[in-house]
Amino acid sequence: MVSPSDLTGVTKPKSLYAKREPVFPKAVDGRFRRLKWAIMAITLTIYYVTPWLRWDRGAWAPDQAVLIDLAGRRFYMFGIEIWPHEFYYVAGLLIMAGVGLFLVTSAVGRAWCGYACPQTVWTDLFQHVDRLIDGDRNAQIRLQNAPWTASKIARRSLKYTVYLAISLATGGAWIFYFADAPTLARDFATGNAAFVAYATVAILTATTFLLAGFLREQVCIYMCPWPRIQTAMLDEKSLIVTYKDWRGEPRKRGTKKATLEDLKLGDCIDCNQCVAVCPTGIDIRNGPQVGCITCALCIDACDKVMAQVGRPRGLIDYATFEDAKAEKAGETPKPVLKTLLRPRTILYFALWAAIGLGMLFALGERTRLDISAQQQRNPVYVRLSDGTIRNAFTVKIRNMETRPRRFAIGLEGLSGATMWLETGARDRADRTVTAEVAPDALGKFRIFVIAPPGEETRDEFAFTVRALDPEGGSDSTKAVFERP
Amino acid sequence: MADDKKRIDVPTGTETMGHEWDGIEELNTPLPRWWLWSFYATIVWGLAFMVFYPAWPMLSSATKGTLGWTSRGQLEQELAAEQAKKAPVLKALAATPIEQLPNNPALLQAAVEGGRAAFRVNCVACHGSGAAGAKGYPNLNDDDWLWGGDLKAIEYTITHGTRQPDHDATRFSQMPAFGRDGMLKGDEIHDVAAYVRTISHQQKADAAARRGGAVFAQNCASCHGAGGEGNRAVGAPRLTDAIWLYGGDAETIQATVTNSRFGVMPKWGGRLDPATIKMLAAYVHSLGGGEGAAPVETAAK
Repeated sequence: MVSPSDLTGVTKPKSLYAKREPVFPKAVDGRFRRLKWAIMAITLTIYYVTPWLRWDRGAWAPDQAVLIDLAGRRFYMFGIEIWPHEFYYVAGLLIMAGVGLFLVTSAVGRAWCGYACPQTVWTDLFQHVDRLIDGDRNAQIRLQNAPWTASKIARRSLKYTVYLAISLATGGAWIFYFADAPTLARDFATGNAAFVAYATVAILTATTFLLAGFLREQVCIYMCPWPRIQTAMLDEKSLIVTYKDWRGEPRKRGTKKATLEDLKLGDCIDCNQCVAVCPTGIDIRNGPQVGCITCALCIDACDKVMAQVGRPRGLIDYATFEDAKAEKAGETPKPVLKTLLRPRTILYFALWAAIGLGMLFALGERTRLDISAQQQRNPVYVRLSDGTIRNAFTVKIRNMETRPRRFAIGLEGLSGATMWLETGARDRADRTVTAEVAPDALGKFRIFVIAPPGEETRDEFAFTVRALDPEGGSDSTKAVFERP
Repeated sequence: MADDKKRIDVPTGTETMGHEWDGIEELNTPLPRWWLWSFYATIVWGLAFMVFYPAWPMLSSATKGTLGWTSRGQLEQELAAEQAKKAPVLKALAATPIEQLPNNPALLQAAVEGGRAAFRVNCVACHGSGAAGAKGYPNLNDDDWLWGGDLKAIEYTITHGTRQPDHDATRFSQMPAFGRDGMLKGDEIHDVAAYVRTISHQQKADAAARRGGAVFAQNCASCHGAGGEGNRAVGAPRLTDAIWLYGGDAETIQATVTNSRFGVMPKWGGRLDPATIKMLAAYVHSLGGGEGAAPVETAAK
């Protein structure tokens, strides 16, 4: 806060470039800190462990539960296998993530930033490393200002080594999503992995080390676009971390409980704990600001102090602007559930759920067998010696099962027509041909169809495909036979 | 927007820039210093780039760069790599007699694909991009072959061409110009055309056709066969089928008999290497009318 006396004088000359003010957040305990611990444990576990989960898909497909197989152009996720042409599922997931972010933001503000964002999670982890090695806030500040003694060098080396180890594990875990994890781990250790694996690990290790180790809140304030968008997503009904200035002001340092009423002072005793614990180093008492990631650690810190001075908790609390106004006017704020359930959040949720249900439905309905036919256009038809007309088609059969399958390709309609595979012979032309498609593959077959000359220049018919195994399954596709 | 409007913004304690637009002012928030350093780093990067890579345009060229990299050099490298990748296939092709190609499906497939590319470069001018031919230029998709349609025959035709002067191995034959040289009279030509149209089922037999049958037996059967079934040894077309190189109507047939035809194709041996010719033959054979040497059938598995 600037005191009014600062405003009268001539403006001070100011550098165009500011050095980063180091932030040394103090350790704090409380309900939101515990929630943050829990979310950190869950998200980090998911990130590091997922690639090591196995999933039996039989002999023809990888056994990794979650695998993004770029070379084979497949995406495996537990029982679901996504082909490139089914990429709309991934697009759907991205849209769900987007709408989900809108939903969360409109309901509870920047909860994503405060708890689940990777930048927050790893920064939090690194800050804990700082505390383990350098001690809590005061010790860290002392060490920062201390001269470079052997002890300081040793501590710093140890700290950066731990940073590096975590960064390496983080970068290393990423590549296991893209290849069989145990094999890649062995290859990686023995120097036999692909160059791209080493490059990826090097880049992700460097970014983790730099972004979580040093840039920290700078990422949230200067690099991340999301805080800028969020200003548009928040409204007066969103739950955000709010300092109740009507209750706290005027603040007075070290005020005794007894004198509070007499002097008409606020509850804030200006102990600065909310600033000390803040991982982005802001003062929440200045109101909502771009640096606030609503991690609510200041709430934990303030609640503790309020308990000590015998005042009710919640001087800093999750509250909507409307609540804050109501509370100031002496009314009771709306219950949380009512705050969360309002047209805007319900609409977002409905949209989010509709996309999710639609995708689930599509996933349940999709077939694992697909046929398509493309007519050769150059030339469209060929007249043969005996006067019959031949058309050529490229028939594609997608076998999305993880086993080799044999199929019967048949003609539906087009009387008098027969066909043969390019690899077959015309003298054995028939109404059906059989073809084998490798597991989890697209079979491409050039098929010649001959039909007697006729009056019709365009004859519609269909290619059918039927699986020749007990599980069965069939599909068909329309095609046109053309004549001179 | 004068500087004297600069003041300290009360809520944030930050200096303003002195601008104002409809009551909205800009705060003079300093950039983080690391940002400045990132900016300097990009300048250093740019300078290093200019040292290492071609950068400064001169009058007729550009600075070379210490790494010696050029986009042309990179292209040449990539072409060489591509060539090296193709080398084993070309070597295998050169070593395999064409009639044995179907025994090696992978090599055959590679040959067909290579032939497709070579066809686009060398053959489309006459035979069309889809090999459908044109009047006087055979359609290579159909099952009618003047000189034979198995792999070996096609390879031979491509290598030696047809009716090439001064080339001993070329496919050669010459149909007499029966009308122009006075070997047949006008009504005889009319009759023989009617006969040919009868044996190709384009019209019913009539008196002219019956007279033409005798003319045919005397003048045409030696090359085209007694029944008009053609003779591949001399490239004499089969006259009983539905495929006509120049057209099957009475007028065109009469013109053919009167003036004869003399379709030529260049000999590609010497212009293209034997491996490329094999690839072309394999591609033409794969278009749907290739004869003999039926490859392994996948359905037989």
